[in-house]
Amino acid sequence: MEKPTNACLETDEIAHSRRPGRLRFPFGGGEARGAERQGGPLRPPAKLPPELARTLYGFDLPASPYVGEVSSRSRKRERAGAGRQPALPGGSRRASSEPAWLLPFVLAAVFLLSALPLIRLGWAGLGGIKGGEAARVLLDPATFAALRNTLITATGGMVVSLVLGALFAFTLALTDIRGKLVLSFAFMLPMMIPPQVTALAWVEMSGPSSPLLKTLGLAPPLGSPQPLYSLSGMVLLLGVQHAPLVFLAVKAGLAAIPRDAVEAARLAGASPWRVFRDIVLPLGSPGLVAGAAIAFVSGIGNFGIPAILGIPASIETLPTLIYSRLASFGASTFGEIAVLSTLIAVISAAGLLLQQRALAGRDYRLVGLGGASAAFSLGRFRLWGECLLWGALALVLVAPLLALVASSLVPAYGVPLTLETVSFRAYGEILLRQSLTLTAFRNPLFLASAAAVGLLFVTVPAAYLLARRQGALANLLAVLIEIPYALPGIVLAVAFVLAFAAPLPAIGLTLYGTIWIILAAYLSSFLAVSLKPVMSAMLQMDPSLEEAARLAGAGFLRRMRDVVLPLLAPAAGASVILVFLISANELTVSALLWSAGTQTLGVAIFNLDDSGSSDLASALSVLVVLMVLALMAALEVFAKYLPEGVLPWRN
Amino acid sequence: MAQLILNHVTKNFGGRPAVSDVTLTVRKQGFLALLGPSGCGKTTVLRMVAGFEQPTDGSIEFGERRLADAVFSLPPEKRNMAMVFQSYALWPHMSVAENVGYPLKVRGVSGEACRRRVTEALALVKLQDFAERRPTALSGGQRQRVALARCLVTEPDVVLLDEPLANLDQHLRKAMEETFRVFHERSGATMIYVTHDQAEAMALATDVAVMAEGRILQVAPPAEIYARPEGRVVGGLIGRGSILRLRLPENAGRQLDWPLLRQALGDGGQVRAGPLADVLIRPEHVHRAADGIAMRTVSCVFEGERFALDLTLSDGQRLKAYSSVAMAEGTLAPFVVSGGWRL
Repeated sequence: MEKPTNACLETDEIAHSRRPGRLRFPFGGGEARGAERQGGPLRPPAKLPPELARTLYGFDLPASPYVGEVSSRSRKRERAGAGRQPALPGGSRRASSEPAWLLPFVLAAVFLLSALPLIRLGWAGLGGIKGGEAARVLLDPATFAALRNTLITATGGMVVSLVLGALFAFTLALTDIRGKLVLSFAFMLPMMIPPQVTALAWVEMSGPSSPLLKTLGLAPPLGSPQPLYSLSGMVLLLGVQHAPLVFLAVKAGLAAIPRDAVEAARLAGASPWRVFRDIVLPLGSPGLVAGAAIAFVSGIGNFGIPAILGIPASIETLPTLIYSRLASFGASTFGEIAVLSTLIAVISAAGLLLQQRALAGRDYRLVGLGGASAAFSLGRFRLWGECLLWGALALVLVAPLLALVASSLVPAYGVPLTLETVSFRAYGEILLRQSLTLTAFRNPLFLASAAAVGLLFVTVPAAYLLARRQGALANLLAVLIEIPYALPGIVLAVAFVLAFAAPLPAIGLTLYGTIWIILAAYLSSFLAVSLKPVMSAMLQMDPSLEEAARLAGAGFLRRMRDVVLPLLAPAAGASVILVFLISANELTVSALLWSAGTQTLGVAIFNLDDSGSSDLASALSVLVVLMVLALMAALEVFAKYLPEGVLPWRN
Repeated sequence: MAQLILNHVTKNFGGRPAVSDVTLTVRKQGFLALLGPSGCGKTTVLRMVAGFEQPTDGSIEFGERRLADAVFSLPPEKRNMAMVFQSYALWPHMSVAENVGYPLKVRGVSGEACRRRVTEALALVKLQDFAERRPTALSGGQRQRVALARCLVTEPDVVLLDEPLANLDQHLRKAMEETFRVFHERSGATMIYVTHDQAEAMALATDVAVMAEGRILQVAPPAEIYARPEGRVVGGLIGRGSILRLRLPENAGRQLDWPLLRQALGDGGQVRAGPLADVLIRPEHVHRAADGIAMRTVSCVFEGERFALDLTLSDGQRLKAYSSVAMAEGTLAPFVVSGGWRL
């Protein structure tokens, strides 16, 4: 079986990034260290059963980053630690450094959050097939239309993402263009901004009632159709939303191209254009393929964009179909949505398998100094290049956001925005009067903080375990953490609906309809996001730091407190902010799980827009964007204390 | 203080054992150097002594106390040992004084007593003035000394050193070797020192254990192991020298002198009867002298203090020698071999 090349190792890792509008980070980033010191050759990283890995990720978990990069000594513990039952009384009998309760604790937590709901979903899906429900749902013309729309928008969106993402990635990674960090940061923004906000902003920019166009006098006459309420509108916005995913995948691939490969080609007499065509493009192609697959799968599972653009025009996609079926709650609802979400999971898996096929012939093992940074000097074209990139950004990012701000400031629908008409009524309404939106702020703040902080209690021990041990259990743990992350959010939400709709056994409480089911889904969904920074910090930590503390006489909890936790602190902080950032804006999961009183920000924006209060929706969206920017800025301030690769917009 | 005993210790990570059947006794207050090429298992032995690895077979004992065997392993935090790691393993979030004082803090020593002992330990490595610095603000050699001070502070039973000089430059190495020697004399701890650099091992240790492919080949004091190595591998690893296949008389001892060697080297070819044996000849025992055997110079390399010669015998075997004057390549000249050792 082909192992991924270095180049696509990075990019493949981003293949975890599937869901819309959310931050998806590649794992890895830790350096293989300590291996040489051991003197022994590193055993090839332990793997998932390859079939499973491929289905889930579209690659063979190269990056069980946890396993591949662990210093070779941890595998030794596997022998000493696992399975050997103590025969002598007194003292710990294991050479392994963790106490006996740690693994069961982490496994149980991860199993509850990850495996249980998915097992329930699979079971319901099976039940649907047996009961003949599957056939009925699949043959329904509505399903067929939704399936067709989903495939069209996801494929179209993928093409747009590829063009935009590749343009930015190639230019930023390979040329001497100025302002790379700012460009990179700005280009990543659409990924951080929730998709429903992006959709809303574009609607405000382009429709006949657009305050921006009205102010400029360019608005089409009232009554003419909103051009974005169409399949092509959805394609365009999905493309913009997921372009950063392609960007990340391609850029990571390009960063792995050895500088000397480019230099050797130049010395061989190739012009810059030929070098690009003959060397860079082929070597960068795994990143392109991986990025395309991620964009496709993200498009399949996106809910925010088809919800805002499709529902008004009666264009259903699979996620919105699930949503409306769940809204019109009926006897057969659970069976139907289980079948529909299984359909989404199957299409996603097919997309990833296709990617695997496409990558199969591209096993470029790259040797040499990494980083073909600024390999090409643009010379007098540099200004043109910069204009192109900034122009593209202005079009896809700045203009819609301006429109959003503008429409939050107009006093009433359809009024052009001038200095005289500026009104902050909408903000006042949002912040002071609408009790619903107050709830909508309080809930996500509670959910996001609870998820962000609560996850640390699982992810810190999990990172410790994964960095220190190897073997079947560690692999299982890695897979369980990754699965909810790899699935489209809508599938996970359905899994939670199914798992918790009935009262919990033993205690008789029903989670469904309370805020706790959303929290549970968030904990599951963002487990991997929370783990990532902690994991890379853990892998970058020299294991001898902890060993020195052991020899100094410190027991497990003592050395956790005195040595490991202080060193993990910056990464744990980043993990909290990242999870907070993503979960505060989450829509897909909460749209299915919310009920009166448990509204989240994403749901509030969606509902406000749905009920025609576009000024309030815009104002709330502006506040959300400001919050996103503030959190990203906070992370940027943190950046120098963080392990490399934690912040996606930094090199 | 007690002896540290490794009793038929084997460590298997799956596949070929990394350490097989190692039996070693480190004498009380001894300074044992574990010498061998990289990958020979010496670091694994050290990590088993520290308690980071558990032996698959055999046992490790300290005095009467069993530290580890195949079913039991006393955790490192209960062994009262200390280690200087190759990477020094200084905690970057603590100051130098906090780093050094941490083992005391864990043992519940605090206040004046703790401060006094930290100051003493830092004084021994001449770092009193750096107590409040962070490890990142120190040079490599200073970090090394902080790691050493951290070992000193608790009076450990055994001090383990894992290639502690590997990351230092030549000049610093010499200074640190001296520090280690003083440290050993003062502390009276049993020390195990892992290195692949034989000069370091010879200079520091009271005993040298040579390892290759997971096995101990020979344990002896440095001078002894240099003069009387056991077997081809040790002979080839320790010092410079050439190993010749020579026919020796049945009754010849192991220490060979010139008359015997002259016969064996085939001057006239009298000895044809005896069995073939491996003979180690050190370059310092090969001199140019009129009554010697004619050898041809193959190469002559200037090494600073002298020239290193590569010679061939009449039967094609190679021999190393030193010379104070340059020899043209291809010259035929007589050499005397004043001593040899049968391996």
